[in-house]
Amino acid sequence: MRLFKIQNNVLPGFGPTMAYTLFYLCLIVLIPLSALIFKSAGMTFHDFWGTVTAPRVLASYKVTFGMALLAALVNALFGTLVAWVLARYHFFGRKIVDALVDLPFALPTAVAGITLATIYSGNGWIGRYLEPRGIKVANTPLGILVAMTFIGLPFVVRTVQPVVEEIDSAIEEAAACLGANRWQTFRLVILPMLLPSLLTGFALSFARAVGEYGSVIFIAGNMPMVSEITPLLIITKLEQYDYKGATALALVMLLASFTLLFVINLLQRWSRRFAD
Amino acid sequence: MADHSLSRGARTEPRWVRWILTTVALLFLALFLVVPLAAVFSQALDKGVAVYFAALHETDALSSIRLTLLTALVAVPLNLVFGVVAAWAIAKFSFPGKSFLITLIDLPFSVSPVVSGLIYVLIFGLQGWLGPWLTEHGVKILFAVPGIILATIFVTFPFVARELIPLMEAQGKDEEEAALVLGATGLQTFFRVTFPNIRWGIIYGVILCNARAMGEFGAVSVVSGHIRGSTNTIPLQVEILYNEYNYAAAFAVASLLALLAVVTLIVKSVVEWKLKQA
Amino acid sequence: MIKRLIAGSIMIFTLVSVTPPSHAAGITLLNVSYDPTRELYQDVNAQFARYWKGKSGEDVIIRQSHGGSGKQARSVIDGLEADVVTLGLALDIDAISEKGLIAPGWQKRLPHNSSPYTSTIVFLVRKGNPKKIRDWDDLVKPGVSVITPNPKTGGNPRWAYLAAWGYVLKKKGGNEAQAREFITRLYKNVPVLDSGARGSLTTFAQRGVGDVLLAWENEAFLAVTELGRDKFETVIPSISILAEPSVAVVDRNVTRRGTRAVAQAYLEYLYTPEGQEIAAKHHYRPRMEKIALQYADQFPKVKLFTIDELFGGWKAAQKKHFDDGGIFDQIYLPGK
Repeated sequence: MRLFKIQNNVLPGFGPTMAYTLFYLCLIVLIPLSALIFKSAGMTFHDFWGTVTAPRVLASYKVTFGMALLAALVNALFGTLVAWVLARYHFFGRKIVDALVDLPFALPTAVAGITLATIYSGNGWIGRYLEPRGIKVANTPLGILVAMTFIGLPFVVRTVQPVVEEIDSAIEEAAACLGANRWQTFRLVILPMLLPSLLTGFALSFARAVGEYGSVIFIAGNMPMVSEITPLLIITKLEQYDYKGATALALVMLLASFTLLFVINLLQRWSRRFAD
Repeated sequence: MADHSLSRGARTEPRWVRWILTTVALLFLALFLVVPLAAVFSQALDKGVAVYFAALHETDALSSIRLTLLTALVAVPLNLVFGVVAAWAIAKFSFPGKSFLITLIDLPFSVSPVVSGLIYVLIFGLQGWLGPWLTEHGVKILFAVPGIILATIFVTFPFVARELIPLMEAQGKDEEEAALVLGATGLQTFFRVTFPNIRWGIIYGVILCNARAMGEFGAVSVVSGHIRGSTNTIPLQVEILYNEYNYAAAFAVASLLALLAVVTLIVKSVVEWKLKQA
Repeated sequence: MIKRLIAGSIMIFTLVSVTPPSHAAGITLLNVSYDPTRELYQDVNAQFARYWKGKSGEDVIIRQSHGGSGKQARSVIDGLEADVVTLGLALDIDAISEKGLIAPGWQKRLPHNSSPYTSTIVFLVRKGNPKKIRDWDDLVKPGVSVITPNPKTGGNPRWAYLAAWGYVLKKKGGNEAQAREFITRLYKNVPVLDSGARGSLTTFAQRGVGDVLLAWENEAFLAVTELGRDKFETVIPSISILAEPSVAVVDRNVTRRGTRAVAQAYLEYLYTPEGQEIAAKHHYRPRMEKIALQYADQFPKVKLFTIDELFGGWKAAQKKHFDDGGIFDQIYLPGK
C-alpha cells in the first residue's frame, strides 16, 4: 500500500518503452484493423445502417453479447474461486489441475466445439442426464453459454492467480491482528487487491467470447433469430462475396466491444484508486 | 512458507471452508475441463494405441507440427518483448489516455478470429492494398508461412501485456525507486528488482500466449490456404482429418495440443524449482 | 537476453519469408478443391502423376487444398496460387472469373459444362426407416425432423434446398408459391442448421438428432460404410437435382507459373476412362456412358433435373434464394 503518490516519476525508460509500445501496437493491431474501416467506408451510410440493423443482425447481437456477458460473469465468479484454491490450498493433484486450466487455449476451437457438443448433446456424457430433466444444452443458446464459458475461463484464472500468489501475507496477518475475522479480511483487504485483476479477467473473457466462432458454431444450432451469433453472419456475408457487408458487421462488433472494454478498463482504474 | 506455525489461522480459512471451496472449484473444473479432455482422449484412443501413434507419425501431421512450432517460436518471443515493454510503460508511469491505450491492446481479443484473418486478406490479398505489388515482386505473405505467423501474432498480441499490467500496477514502484536511489541503472533495476517480482506473471503470460498461438484455428484458417503438407498447422490438420471421417486420427492430433498443457506444467514446475534453488 | 530474443525472432522471420518452400525437382500443381473430394483427388493425383510421367517424361507433384467451396474460391481470388480449381458449384468459379483470374466462358472449355462427374442429393435415414420416409413429401410431415446444413454458409446445402424446390415444380407441376410453401415447411422441420455438410452428418450420426439427413450421394454412401450398415440406410427420392461440381484452369496463375499444359492435361484426365473410373469408385456419377453402365448398380436411377433448366443458372438462383433478404431468409422472418 502506497502512502503517497510520487508525481514526478524517477523511473527511467518511459520514452523508449512507450515509443516501442505504440510502434508495435500500430504495426500489428491498428494498421490492420484500419483496413476494416476503409473497406466499409466504401458503403453509403444508408447501406451501412441497413446492414447492421437488419432484424436478424439485431437478434444476433443480443445472443452474442448477452451470452458473452453471462459467460464472463460465470467465469469471474468461478475463475476467482479456482485461482484462489490453486494458489492457496494444497491438495492431491493440484499441479495437474493447474495445468488443465490452459486447456481451452490449447484445444483448437473447432475441436472444443465438437467435443462440447458431443458431451452435452442428448446422448452425450452430461447431456443424457440433463435432457430428461428438460434442460437442453446442445443446439440452444445455453450451448453458446457453455462454449463461451469454456473458452473464457483461463483468462480470469490466469489474471487473478499471480496476484493471489503475490499477496504479502503480512497484510493478512495485520488484518487478523487488528481483529478482523477471515471473511472480513477477504472482503475488505484481499478482494480490493484482487479487484483490478478480476476486472481485467472479466473484460478479457468477455471480449474473447464475443468474437468466438469455431467452438460456438458446433454447439449453437445456429437457428436464425434464436441461436445465431454475429460472427456467423459475417461468414454468411463472405459466402455471398459481400466483403463490405462483412466488414460493416465486423466494425460494429469491434466498436461495441471496444466501448465495453473501455468502460471496464476505466472501472478498473477507478477500483485501483479505491484500493489505494 | 516457513512461518506458518504462528500465523496460520490469520492467513487461511477453517478446514471446512477450504474443503468446500476446493470441492466447488474442482467440480466446476471437472464439468468444464476434465470431461471435455477425457472425451478428446477417449475418442483419440478409440481405435487403439497403434492407430493413435500412426496418426501422429503421418507426413502431413509431422509437417503441421513443424509449422505450428515455428509459428509459436516467432510469435511468442515477439509478443513477450512487447508485453514486458508495454507493461513497464503503462504500469510504472501515469499519463493521460492510459485506459484508452490498454483498451487498444485488448482489442485483438475481441476481434472475431474470422475477422482477424480477414484484415490480413484485405491488406495482403490480391484484391487488397499490397497484394498486387507483392505478387509482382514474388513475395508471398498470404497463403504462406509469413501470413500464418502474422495472424498468430495478432491473435496472441495482448496476452503477456495484459498479464503483466495488473500485476505490475499492484506492486507499485517503491522497490524500483529504492533501487535507483541506491545507484542501480535502469536495466539493472529491471532485471534485479522488477523481474523477480513479475516472473510468475511472465510465465503465465507466456504459457497462455503459447497455448493460444499453437491452438489458433479461425484466423489461421483464413490466411493459410490449406495446402496439404505445407501450410496446415496442427488445428487445421485436425479439421482436415475430422472432415475425412478419420475421428481417431483427428482427436489424436488434437490430443497433442492438449498434451501441450501438460508439457507447460512440467516447464513451469522446473522453473519454479530452479527459482527456489537460486 | 531480450535483445537476443528480438534478433533471433527477426532472423527467423526473415528466413521464413524469403525462402520459398522447397520442393522436389519437377513441376508442382496446386489443386484448390472443396471438402468432400479429398479421397477422390488423392487417387486422381497419384494416377495422373504416373500418366503424365509416361506421356511427357516430367515428374509432377500435385498439392491439394480443401475447404468450403466458397471459402476456397475467396482464397483463390485473394491470391492463393491455384493452377486448377475443382469446386462445388459453378457460381464460385464464376466469382473467380469475375475478378479476371479465369477467362470468361470457362464453362465451355471442357465437355459437359466443365463438370467431369456429377452427384445428387439423397436421404440418409436410421436403420429400418422408422418414420417411413420415401420421398420429399414425407420430409414436411409434422413430427419429422430433417437435418441439413445452412444453405447460406456452404455450397453443398444449396443443392439440397434447390432439389426440394425443384421437386415441387417438376414432380407435381407446382408453381412458385407452392414451392415456397413447401420449402418453408421443410425448413421449419430443421432443428439445427450446421455450418457445413460435415457438421450435419455429425449431428445426425453421432448425436442422434433428427430422422433424416439430406446428403450428397457419395457422403451418404460413405456414412453407411464407415459409420455402420446396421445403423443407417439410404433412401433415393423419386426426383432430385443433378449436382454438377465444376472444374477450371486458373488462367492468370498458370500463365505466370508456366504450367498451363500440365494443368489442362490434369483436368482433361478427369474425362478419360481412367479418370471416370476413379470418380465412380468414389461414388461420383461418371459422365462416360461406358463407365456409368459398369457401375450401374451403385447409382440407382433417379430422375434428375439441372439448375439451368429450373432456376436459370446459379447466379439467378443465388440472388433469388440465398442472398440476404432472399427466400431462404424470409422463412425465418418473425411472424411467419
